[in-house]
Amino acid sequence: MKLYLKYISIHLRCAMQYKASFFLTLIGQVLTSFTAFLSMYYLFERFSSIEGFTFSQVLLCFAVILLSFSLSECFARGFDLFPNMIGNGEFDRILIRPKNEIFQILASKMEFTRLGRVIQAICIFCYAIPHSEVIWTFDKILTLIFMIIGGFLVFSGIFILYAVLCFFTLEGLEFMNILTNGAMEYGKYPFSIYGKQILKFLTYIVPLALVQYYPFLYLIGHSQNHFYIFLPLIASLFLIPCFLLWKFGVKHYQSTGS
Amino acid sequence: MIEVKHVRKTFKVARRNAGFAAAVKTLLHKQFETVEALKDISFTIPDGEMVGYIGPNGAGKSSTIKIISGILTPDSGECNINGYTPWKHRIQHVAQIGVVFGQRSQLWWDIPVIDSFELIKDIYRIPESTYRKNLQMLTDLLDISEILKTPTRQLSLGQRMRCEISASLLHNPKVLFLDEPTIGLDAVSKIAVREFIKNINREQKTTVILTTHDMQDIEALTQRIILIGKGKILLDGHLEDLKNQYSDQKELIISYSGKSPQLCHGLHIIKQIPGRAELKIDTQVISVSKAISYLSEQTELTDFSIKHTSTEEMVVKLYQEFAI
Amino acid sequence: MKSYVSFFRIQLTAGLQYRAAALAGISTQFAWGFMEILLFSAFYRADPNAFPMNFSDLSSYIWLQQGLLALTASWFIDTNILNTITSGNLAYELCRPINLYHMWIIKNMASRISKAVLRCFPIFIIAAMLPAPYRLSFSPNLFTFFIFLFSLLLGFLLINAYSMLVYILTFYTLSPVGVRIIWLAASEFLTGALIPIPFFPESMQTVLKFLPFAAMQNLPFRIYSGDIAGTEMINSLILQIVWTIVLLLCGSVWTNRMLKKAVIQGG
Repeated sequence: MKLYLKYISIHLRCAMQYKASFFLTLIGQVLTSFTAFLSMYYLFERFSSIEGFTFSQVLLCFAVILLSFSLSECFARGFDLFPNMIGNGEFDRILIRPKNEIFQILASKMEFTRLGRVIQAICIFCYAIPHSEVIWTFDKILTLIFMIIGGFLVFSGIFILYAVLCFFTLEGLEFMNILTNGAMEYGKYPFSIYGKQILKFLTYIVPLALVQYYPFLYLIGHSQNHFYIFLPLIASLFLIPCFLLWKFGVKHYQSTGS
Repeated sequence: MIEVKHVRKTFKVARRNAGFAAAVKTLLHKQFETVEALKDISFTIPDGEMVGYIGPNGAGKSSTIKIISGILTPDSGECNINGYTPWKHRIQHVAQIGVVFGQRSQLWWDIPVIDSFELIKDIYRIPESTYRKNLQMLTDLLDISEILKTPTRQLSLGQRMRCEISASLLHNPKVLFLDEPTIGLDAVSKIAVREFIKNINREQKTTVILTTHDMQDIEALTQRIILIGKGKILLDGHLEDLKNQYSDQKELIISYSGKSPQLCHGLHIIKQIPGRAELKIDTQVISVSKAISYLSEQTELTDFSIKHTSTEEMVVKLYQEFAI
Repeated sequence: MKSYVSFFRIQLTAGLQYRAAALAGISTQFAWGFMEILLFSAFYRADPNAFPMNFSDLSSYIWLQQGLLALTASWFIDTNILNTITSGNLAYELCRPINLYHMWIIKNMASRISKAVLRCFPIFIIAAMLPAPYRLSFSPNLFTFFIFLFSLLLGFLLINAYSMLVYILTFYTLSPVGVRIIWLAASEFLTGALIPIPFFPESMQTVLKFLPFAAMQNLPFRIYSGDIAGTEMINSLILQIVWTIVLLLCGSVWTNRMLKKAVIQGG
C-alpha cells in the first residue's frame, strides 16, 4: 500500500510536468461527458420520461456509472493501455520485478485527467440528488455508495478481461469496446429499457445491472426489496473469474512470447 | 551458478506475402509457420563469471535471455539459477537478478533519476542501509551524483545508460543480464560503462551475461564467449583459444627499399605499391618469423608490422563458417 | 497522380490485413447500433408524437452511421500522420517530391476506406434482415439513392478535410492531446453522432444546419431515407459543396504555412 501511494505521488508529479496539457486534457474529458449529458438533456426535454423514469432519476444512474467508470479508468488505466505495454516490452520489465504483476500494472499507469469526468459526475450528483425526490435515509446513502464501489470493481474486472485478451490477439480488441465504453454509454439509462434479454445478460454474465439497475430501483423507491442494497457487493465477485483468466493469460504469454 | 539444460522453444508466426491479392487471401485464410527459436540449448556458467553471448540478429539471443530472466517459459528443458527455475519461481528468481535492456528504459521519463531509484528500492524491498551503501558506491563508481536530481528525459544517452545500470544493481543482484548495454554510446561513455561492469564483476562477484554486437565490448569484458546461431549453441569457449583457432592467417605490412621481394609458399599479396606491401601469411604453412626472415633475405626491410585478426573479423569468420 | 494511386493501394492493403480486427469491428458496431435503436425505441414508446422523424428512418440512419462509421466518424485519426507531426519528423516529409497536403489527405482517406470496406457490407446485410421498424430499409427510390451516394462522397471529402485541420491544429498547439480531445468532443456532438440532429431543440437545429458538421453524416444519411428532400435537400447540398471547398482550401493553405514554420523551427 505504501508502495502504491508512492506510485501515485510519482504519477502526479509526472502529470504536473506538463501542467497546461494536463488541464486541457482534463477540460476535454469534462467536455466529452458534458456533451453526453447535453444529449440526454435534449432527449428528456422532448420526451420528459423513459419507461417511467424521470430525468433526475436517470441522472442518478448516469452519475453512478460515469463516476465508477471514470474511477476505474483512472486507476486501472494500465489494463486499458495493455496492448502498448505488451508491444513496447514494458510487460517484460514488469515480469522481471519481484512483485505481483497486477499490482505493478495498476501502479504503472494512472490517468488523472480522467478525474475531469469524476468532477462532472459529482456535479451531476449535486443536481440530481436534491431533484430526484429520494428521501436520503441511511440505507439509501449506503446503496449509493455500494453502487459506486461495485461499479468501480466490475469495470475494473472488464478492463482486466480486456488485458487478458491482449495476450491472445492484439487485433480483435475493438469488440471489448461494447463492454467498456459501450457499457458506460448505455449505462447512462437504467438497463431495463433495453429489454429483458439485455437485462438478463447484464445480470448473469457481466453483472453491471447488479450495480446499476436493481439497487437503482431500490434507491428511487420503485422497489422495497432490501436485498437489492447488497447486490453490488455480490457483483464484485465478478473479479474472481477475471483474476483466474488473467493468471491463465500470463501463463500463455510466458509460453508464447509476444 | 546458472545451469541451462536442453532448452527448446518454438514460436508460431503468421505468414504474409506481399501484394494486394495476398492480403485478400490472408484475410480468408491465415497461414502459420512454426519457427524453432531455440533447439536444445545447454550451458553452465559458474558464479562470478562474465560471459559474452553472441550471435547474429534472430539467432535466439533474446529468447534465451527472456527464458533465463523468467519472462518466457520454454517448451522443454531445465534451467536452474541459484536454486530457482525462472518460470516456476518467478518472483523469488527475479529478486536476485538485474536486467538492463540497452534499447529500453526502466527509469521514469519525467522525474529525477533518484526518484526512480527510490521506487526501485521499495519494489525490491531493499533495506535502507543496503540501499544507502549501494547508492553511494554506484554514484561514486559511475560518477552520476551530479545528475541524480535531473529528470531522465534531460539526460544524454551515456548518462542515462549509466543510471540504467545503477538501477539494475541497487538490489545487489547475483546475476546481471546486459542486453546491448553500449548501444549508441560515444567512445568515452562506452569505456566508462565497460570499466564499471568489470569493476562490479570483480568487487561484487556478480555473474554477468552480456549480449552485444559490439565486439570491443566482448574483448574488453569477457573471457568466455558462447556463440549461438539458428537456435543452436555453436561454440562455447575462451576468447583467446578461439582467436588462435580462427586466426591462422595473419597480415604483415612491410616497407622496403630495394627490389620488390619474391613470394614463397604461404605468402599472398593483398596490396602493393612500390616500397610497401601488405601480405597475408598462412601460419599453417609458414610461421611469422620465418616469413620475415625470408623476406629480409630478398630485400632491405625498413619497417614491418603484424596485424592480428580482430575479434570483429573473427566473428565474421565464425558466422561465415557456420553459415548463420 | 500515379503515385497517389499506388500510395492509396498500399494503405488499403495494409488495412485489409487485419481480419480479426474487422470481425471485432463488425460485431462492435452492430452491438452499438442495436443498443442505440433499443434506446430510441424506449423513447418512442414514451411519447410517439414527440418523435421528430419516422422510426424506421431513424433505424436506417443508425445502421448507416454504424456501417459507415470509419468513413464518417469525426474522431477518426490516422496515428501515423499524427506521430509524424508530434515527433518532429515533419522536416523529413519535405524531402518527398509530393504535395504534403494531398499525400496526407489520401492517406487519411485510404485508411478510412480500408476500415470501412470490410465492415460495412456485413453490417448492412444483417441490418437489412432485421424485423420491420428496426431494420435498414432501402431508399424510397433509385434517384434518392444516387443523391445519397453523391452527398456521402462529398461528406467523406469534407470529413477528411476536417481531419486535416485537426492535424494542423495539433502542430500549432503545445498540447496536442488536450486540444484534440476538446475539438473532437465538440465536433462529435455537433455532427449528430451522439443523437441525430432532428433530436436537438429547434433553435439548435437552425444554427447547426449552417455549420459544416451537419453536412458530414447527418445530411447524406437523412437524404438516404428521404427525410430531407426537395428544395431543402438542394440547398443543403449546395452548402455541403461550399463547405467542402472552403475546408479543403483552408487545409491546403495552412499546411503550406505549417511547413514553412516547421522549416524555420528546424523540424
